Amino acid sequence: MRQRRILLAAATTLLAALALPATLSMASAADRFITVASTTSTEQSGLFKHLLPIFEKKTGIEVRVVAVGTGQAIKLAEKGDADVLFVHHKPSEEKFVAAGYAAKRLPVMYNDFVVVGPKSDPAKIKDMKDTAAAFKKVAAAKAPFASRGDKSGTHLAEQAFWKAAGVDATAASGQWYRETGSGMGPTLNTAAGMDAYALADRGTWLSFTNRKNLEIVVEGDPKLFNQYGVMAVSKAKHPHVKDKDGQAFVDWLVSPEGQKAIADYKINSQQLFFPNARQAGA
Amino acid sequence: MDEIAAAFSAALAMILGGDPELVQIVLLSLRVSLTAVVLAAILGLPVGAALAVFRFPGRRVLVVLLNALMGLPPVVVGLVVYVTLSRSGPLGALGWLFTPLAMILAQTILITPLIAAVARQSMAELWAEYADELRSLGVGPWRTVATLLWDGRFGLLTSVLAGFGRAAAEVGAVIMVGGNIAHVTRTMTTAIALETAKGELALAMGLGILLMGISLVINAGAYLLGEFARAREAGAP
Amino acid sequence: MTPAILPLEVRDLGFSAGGKSLLRGLSFQAAPGRRIVLLGPNGAGKSLTLRLCHGLERPSAGRIVWQGPRAADAKLHQAMVFQRPILLRRSAAANIDYALKVRGVPRGERAPRIEAALAQVGVAALADRPARVLSGGERQLLALARAAALRPEILFLDEPTASLAPAAARRVEQAVAAIHAAGATIVMTTHDLGQARRLADEVLFLHDGNLVEHGSATAFFAAPQSAEARAYMKGELL
Repeated sequence: MRQRRILLAAATTLLAALALPATLSMASAADRFITVASTTSTEQSGLFKHLLPIFEKKTGIEVRVVAVGTGQAIKLAEKGDADVLFVHHKPSEEKFVAAGYAAKRLPVMYNDFVVVGPKSDPAKIKDMKDTAAAFKKVAAAKAPFASRGDKSGTHLAEQAFWKAAGVDATAASGQWYRETGSGMGPTLNTAAGMDAYALADRGTWLSFTNRKNLEIVVEGDPKLFNQYGVMAVSKAKHPHVKDKDGQAFVDWLVSPEGQKAIADYKINSQQLFFPNARQAGA
Repeated sequence: MDEIAAAFSAALAMILGGDPELVQIVLLSLRVSLTAVVLAAILGLPVGAALAVFRFPGRRVLVVLLNALMGLPPVVVGLVVYVTLSRSGPLGALGWLFTPLAMILAQTILITPLIAAVARQSMAELWAEYADELRSLGVGPWRTVATLLWDGRFGLLTSVLAGFGRAAAEVGAVIMVGGNIAHVTRTMTTAIALETAKGELALAMGLGILLMGISLVINAGAYLLGEFARAREAGAP
Repeated sequence: MTPAILPLEVRDLGFSAGGKSLLRGLSFQAAPGRRIVLLGPNGAGKSLTLRLCHGLERPSAGRIVWQGPRAADAKLHQAMVFQRPILLRRSAAANIDYALKVRGVPRGERAPRIEAALAQVGVAALADRPARVLSGGERQLLALARAAALRPEILFLDEPTASLAPAAARRVEQAVAAIHAAGATIVMTTHDLGQARRLADEVLFLHDGNLVEHGSATAFFAAPQSAEARAYMKGELL
């Protein structure tokens, strides 16, 4: 009887010991941090892992990144669930500012998109320099194409190319046009699995290891450049946002130091992101 | 085949390496899921027992509802909790979104119906056995529930373990309300989702093997504890 | 001494379930200190009568009337022992302790009462054994000890020895006698005519939901009045 009590008490204590610190550690970890809504490409390419420790060490502000598609990231920021928005779709960003959610959008950097496809290249688009024309050939060949289909910046860019090609790809949805409705990595996994073409940001592509037969087929088209913008969410819409610390992060990203840190990030000695905060109109 | 072999060696390397980031992820997963299980048990077990014992209007509806909620998709729970905890939502002022608290809340909501429904089954069996005696003694409703919970505690272990299994395995709810933030809300399952997204399949599967191993250890531990206590209870020489 | 809840008056008791009448027009009194045995073939309504009297079932017709100022909480002054004893998953002593706690007996009084009750039915040695590993006879004795500890004014026993070996059955009978000697009124059912002869002051003979005969045990066993009772005594009605 007594031993059973002791046993139960021990089990309960063990559970409590594991469970309780969760509540406690939350309080202590939450002293000074900002939440950044950003895209899967920046997270999955490893850029944040490189940048954030530098910023955190300098300012003591912890940066918590919620990496989702551009559409969801903007939604998060609109709802006041993030202090900083860091995405790559200029029209949406400008709309965000126009609606008063942020005072100002600042260009930070660009990377570029690449079109990847199977080595067999059924649409015969390898080394083309005009992405829209290449897309037109993919549609004509009814070659499988894996789309993000998630309203992300990459998805929006892809839709712009289809429009330029004069193809209504969504009409073929479920046939040769496959909308994965997921992030860049999962979409590349899908493309690799079914030998499909896909539009990807170079950063995710370079750090992506499950390539199977995929390789880059189209790159270097100036239209493939992918501009990132950053903005601190305005206190006017959401009084609780940490606008000062958020602005500190924004300012650092566009400062010479931040820009250099971005340029320094490399995978296999390839630079992924090109800082251009000083470039007018970016 | 290569990928599977790579996954096992990745898992082994993780376990032997004791990478502090991995340790943090594992501990967070355990803390979130175990806290959710404790809370869900505190809520769900009495509800299950009460549904087994009391006859009241709407009881059947409640039982059906509970059984339906058992199959609630985690992503739906995540969505509801996200909308509630969002700064623009009713409980936004708490500031819980993208913290472990939000994940605990979501998992608690996710598994409470499961624990209650499974508990109701074992409690109903025990009640069928005890009903005459407890009513003969004139035991009040609260003490009846407490007595059933205590005397049926080994059977309830099953429902609690089922709840833990569901909590530890789900990704849809925690990724939505936790945000999968490195060092803050990254759990085993969200890390697996992330590594898969990055195409790091071996690493993802390695994490999966680790998760299965941990789940196995916890289940085996609970089973042995139950058997040990049961044997002690029986006390037969 | 506070006024008793006895005699128990049963008036025109009837019970039906699922459109089927199981008990009709049953009336009798249980006076303090009596030992009443309900006899009758299977399905006569014996157990049902006990359950109705003890409040485990609601009568469809008629009334169960308890006496005096404590009639409202008469429940707290009764106990019942079932054919298959229902024991909680804890030690023998803890089973009794639980019952006493439920009935509001203060902590300090419980230990001596547990000890006395276990001794009264002759199972003091089992106090610390888990109830669920006891033998059938021991379990029934423990159930009796638990009932005894409650110091009921009236004790209902539903076929308490039906599934027991003869030796165990005799120990149960002795325990019932001891509880009776301590002041409880006994109302029980049995299929064992020998047991009925040994224990009964009064016999109620039921058949098919009707009370057929009610009289002193001596008179009943000497010369049953009804044809059904005579057939039952001869073993023709089961």
